[in-house]
Amino acid sequence: MSSALTFDPIRLPPECDRLREEVRAFLDEEIAAGTYDPQEPGNDHGFSPAFSRKVGAKGWIGMTWPKQYGGHERSFLERYVVTEEFRVANAPVRLHFVADRQSGPVLLKYANERIKQDVLPRICRGEVCFAIGMSEPGSGSDLFAASTRASKTKGGWHINGTKVWTSNAHHADYLIGLFRTSPATKDNRRHGLTQFVVDMKTPGITVNPIYQMTGQHDFNEVVFQDAFMPDDHVLGEVDGAWKQATSELAYERSGPERFLETFYVLQELVRVLGTNPDLRGAEGLGRLVAQVHALRRMSVSVAGMLHAGKEPVVEAAIVKDVGTIWEQALPHRARELAAFVEEGASNRATFEEQLRFATLIAPKLTIQGGTTEILRGIIARGLGLR
Amino acid sequence: MESTSLIAETASRLLRHHCDPQTLNSFAGDDWQGPAWAALEVAGLPLAWVPEDLGGAGVSLEDGFGLLSLAGRYAVPLPLAETLLAGWLLARGEIAVPAGMLTCAPTRRGDKLRLAREGTLSGRLRAVPFAKAAKHLAVLAEREDGRGSVIALIELATARVADGRSIAGDALNTVSLEAVHPIVTRDAPDGLDGESLLAMGAAARAMQMSGALAAVLDIAVAYANERVAFERPIAKFQAVQHNLARLAGEAAAAMAVAGSAANAIATALAAPRGRLPLAARGFDDALFLEVAAAKIRVGEAAGVGAGIAHQVLGAIGFTREHVLHRFTQRLWAWRDDFDNESAWAVRLGTLIAARGSEGLWPLLASR
Repeated sequence: MSSALTFDPIRLPPECDRLREEVRAFLDEEIAAGTYDPQEPGNDHGFSPAFSRKVGAKGWIGMTWPKQYGGHERSFLERYVVTEEFRVANAPVRLHFVADRQSGPVLLKYANERIKQDVLPRICRGEVCFAIGMSEPGSGSDLFAASTRASKTKGGWHINGTKVWTSNAHHADYLIGLFRTSPATKDNRRHGLTQFVVDMKTPGITVNPIYQMTGQHDFNEVVFQDAFMPDDHVLGEVDGAWKQATSELAYERSGPERFLETFYVLQELVRVLGTNPDLRGAEGLGRLVAQVHALRRMSVSVAGMLHAGKEPVVEAAIVKDVGTIWEQALPHRARELAAFVEEGASNRATFEEQLRFATLIAPKLTIQGGTTEILRGIIARGLGLR
Repeated sequence: MESTSLIAETASRLLRHHCDPQTLNSFAGDDWQGPAWAALEVAGLPLAWVPEDLGGAGVSLEDGFGLLSLAGRYAVPLPLAETLLAGWLLARGEIAVPAGMLTCAPTRRGDKLRLAREGTLSGRLRAVPFAKAAKHLAVLAEREDGRGSVIALIELATARVADGRSIAGDALNTVSLEAVHPIVTRDAPDGLDGESLLAMGAAARAMQMSGALAAVLDIAVAYANERVAFERPIAKFQAVQHNLARLAGEAAAAMAVAGSAANAIATALAAPRGRLPLAARGFDDALFLEVAAAKIRVGEAAGVGAGIAHQVLGAIGFTREHVLHRFTQRLWAWRDDFDNESAWAVRLGTLIAARGSEGLWPLLASR
């Protein structure tokens, strides 16, 4: 019921302001030093080992994790500030972002102690890249149809099968994968899947590129042929991954990256429209800014609830649903609003280039990490409709 | 001053008893209004924002905004928000607040009242909610000689109040003043002008609308679970589920952005010598963003949300008998009060453009 939906007006505490200044100063320095070009959202694509190591040295990876694993025991809201500043500055965080957001927290919760000691500190130093192996040729949104098998053998498991659409797999040191260890049961079709942390150097793993329609290489096909996983690489309960899969999603779904992915288009639009836009431009701009402000308030609110130890699963799904629809529509709306702007606008070429890029990547925004349809199913369940 | 939970409890009890939408929907006339208003007055709710020494209940701004969201959940067709706003305005001028229904103006940018040297007020005020029903009007006016703004209390019997109703059927009137003698006039405190009243009004409407959207969501969800078609509750159809999920998204956005604006205003005014920094001097871009974005985004959510709810409820939701229209019609009407989303968007877009591209993100991330 709606009376259960909560979006408290959360304000970021003062320590976040200081941190934000630090992050901005760091990014300014890196841009000035030529480490990366913030005007190039498509630069490969954001993968930079040197940059990730610097971020690690700053203490901005694994910010909320325990110190014993290399973390910094800072608040979830502080992590939020770093994430949004990096996102808006188009910082090249691809190497460490997935590990920081998703994989690390999964390891913290479910991995064997030896693996935690080994891997987590390296994530925090910005040295290791993670991929997520969920989708398969016959299993996308329907995760529980996964058929890539892990068969028990002495001291471990043999994995056989294929994962697809696996972002970063060609860079990844590790992959957290979902594999079938038993058949589904009659009363629980979600039974029988197990999460593993996979060392990508394991013999028997082949990564084949899948090029995207933007020309970029992000997706891959990952083929497992008798790849051996030792027992201690199991995460959590054998056959019980379905109990683990959902709890982390609130973190994944509600972050600033879920509505700021095309934000650079809005910034260039402001530049194209100039300091004194006509009525149409001003109204259009005002509505776009109202939307992004509302999304940020929703997202910060969810961050505040996570910080307070709550599990706002439905609220988080709503942020991603509304946020991704908006960031997907943004380049199209910007195109309309800029239609009558004189050719002479100083940043016209940059605007066109960024608009083209954002338009090309827009379709993926409502697919990756849980499609619109899946999110609306989760929201509907939360509303008591199913 | 009562505690937050006590105010909410009292208000819930009274609204449930006196303003139940189903019950009001079955009444032909307005006879229920007197007793309902009297009950709210006894509890001190309409003058919540007036300090005790000026005749009010001295409730915090935050709790008053909470009360308005609750009133939105009942689509209360009484000048509760208007009286709260009028009381707030009068209290800013240290003017003792009369009992009874109040309203306030101007509610549109561009409407101006002038205070002549001899102390009379003249001007035309469009779209003053409940002016026909209220006894007194609280206004902001500008001195003819340009020496700043004043707050004044007017007896509405001394003005010409044109007939008029909102799309929801609530009184919405043009009020014309020709050399009217106000009951009392006081200099507005530094930093308070027409923009401040518009901002308070916009935030108040945003809270009412977010409450109404939450109620509309509840109504639509409950109906979808009850109504059987093709041998199952329509809630089981994915097309219906997805529509309701979108409605939830709009209600959520409204809740978040309105709550944030109300909190921002309450925080600004709670500071020592707190003022609403939206007048020309000391104008605060971040506070303006909060209020403008709230009115814009909630207005958009009202349009989309009401449309989805009607689609889910089908023909029954289009009848006079069903309560849905009490909410959707007020959502449509409230969009236009204290300037509509287009007007706010032009102002916000103009501000953003003037700040330039580099100024956009720092503004968004300022709190």
